Amino acid sequence: MRDFLNLRRVIMIGVAAALVTWCVYSLRWDWLANPKYQSMIVRGLWQTIWMLVVTMVIGFALAIPIGFVQAAGPRYLAWPARVFCSVIRGTPLLMQIWLLYYGIGSLFPSIPWIRDSAFWPILRQAWPYAVLALSLSVAGYEGEVLRGAFKSVPHGQLEAARAMGMPRFTIFRRIWLPQAIQRVLPTIGGETVLQLKATPLISTITIMDIYDVAGRVRRDTLVVYEPLLLLAVTYMAITALIVLLFKWFESRFPSKVA
Amino acid sequence: MVCPPPAQLSSLTLLGFGDCGWGATLLWGFGNSLMIALGAYAIGFCIGVSGAFGKLYGGPVAKDLLAVYTTIVRAVPELVLILILYYAVPALLNEVMLGLGYERINLPQFITGVVVLAVVQGAYQIEVLRGSILAVPQGQIEAARAMGMSPVMLARRITLPLMTSNAIPGLGNLWLNATKDTALLAVIGFTELTKATFQASATTKAFFTFYGAAMALYMAISLVSILLFGRLEKIARRGQRDARG
Repeated sequence: MRDFLNLRRVIMIGVAAALVTWCVYSLRWDWLANPKYQSMIVRGLWQTIWMLVVTMVIGFALAIPIGFVQAAGPRYLAWPARVFCSVIRGTPLLMQIWLLYYGIGSLFPSIPWIRDSAFWPILRQAWPYAVLALSLSVAGYEGEVLRGAFKSVPHGQLEAARAMGMPRFTIFRRIWLPQAIQRVLPTIGGETVLQLKATPLISTITIMDIYDVAGRVRRDTLVVYEPLLLLAVTYMAITALIVLLFKWFESRFPSKVA
Repeated sequence: MVCPPPAQLSSLTLLGFGDCGWGATLLWGFGNSLMIALGAYAIGFCIGVSGAFGKLYGGPVAKDLLAVYTTIVRAVPELVLILILYYAVPALLNEVMLGLGYERINLPQFITGVVVLAVVQGAYQIEVLRGSILAVPQGQIEAARAMGMSPVMLARRITLPLMTSNAIPGLGNLWLNATKDTALLAVIGFTELTKATFQASATTKAFFTFYGAAMALYMAISLVSILLFGRLEKIARRGQRDARG
């Protein structure tokens, strides 16, 4: 701590504090007092975090089979999985979101049985497409990571399990999958931060996340920089939270990989 | 020439270069995307090299400032950064111009886009290059110092050639990111490939034709890049012993 807080750092922290004070006092923050914007901010924040958690969970669940068939599956499954990963990783996420929302979204109304089904009120909204696009993106990136993780589980472990007479699915559930997940655990934190940084893209398909709220405030009040600065600080705070959460999470698991 | 309704046209006509086709628009967007990615990557590389050396060998203040820069850029979504810089860079430039007694200038959107993406690229490249400099064996650098090489010569003859092979995989990934990040400029209204695709498909309603074509173009960039970076790495690793021994 002494080392961290030497004179130079104290001066820099002082400069930073002065900058923050200047921002607070000489920029326009009066819109923050407006209850309309306050509730919008809370709802936007909730939308962003909800989207982040849901798509990470779904994406990771999809990534497990995608990674596994690439590592150990038959060729007719490994090939499509590899193509899927390459396409997801090789094209911009924004384009994937637009393709799903505008492309598939425009296809559905022309199919009568979908229009008449009970799901139509849901499919008419934007969020299913956002969840789908973001989940597929996680599945593509994390599937590639899991492929390596499944491959790097030592063969001896699997052979020992087989020698013990374990059924194939039990080997997968008890030996192969836990060790693979343990290997990718350190990458999931970083992946979650990347996913957080991808969420503002869904505001382009009319979803009111925190990024969209900042845009609305800017359009309504004609304040240029302040909502954006607050937005940047908000994302930094969420990033810090994710990093801390995963640090705590990792400290609870034995980190030594055999 | 009056075009028939798009629904009556085949995909090939729609993608073609004729009067009713959007091929020229897409190709123009593709060229824009590539040029922005190249420009941003090149400037980002300059930021990256100087920043990486600054972070390792710079003074304490420079180190702290660079740490703040890389941390902020990597913690805030690119879209937000692009939006902030999109307004801040021209405003700042005009302040400087007015302060120096020049006229206010209108920065072309293309240059703003390149600068904005370069600032983002720079932060990531600093981290990749810093890691690869650290992977250069310490003995090599000490030996060069013992030979009395000046820091510049040491960087040019020893550090840079030796770090290249370590840096290429990371730099390759960042190049792919740069090409994909150009799509974000569509949000601020710049006509690159994604925006061109959006316009074409919104007008003709042929979503799958255009998005399919654009995705194929992006895939082509990334596949060619992966191939080229693989080649580069092989060249950079010439004479190195294989990791397997």
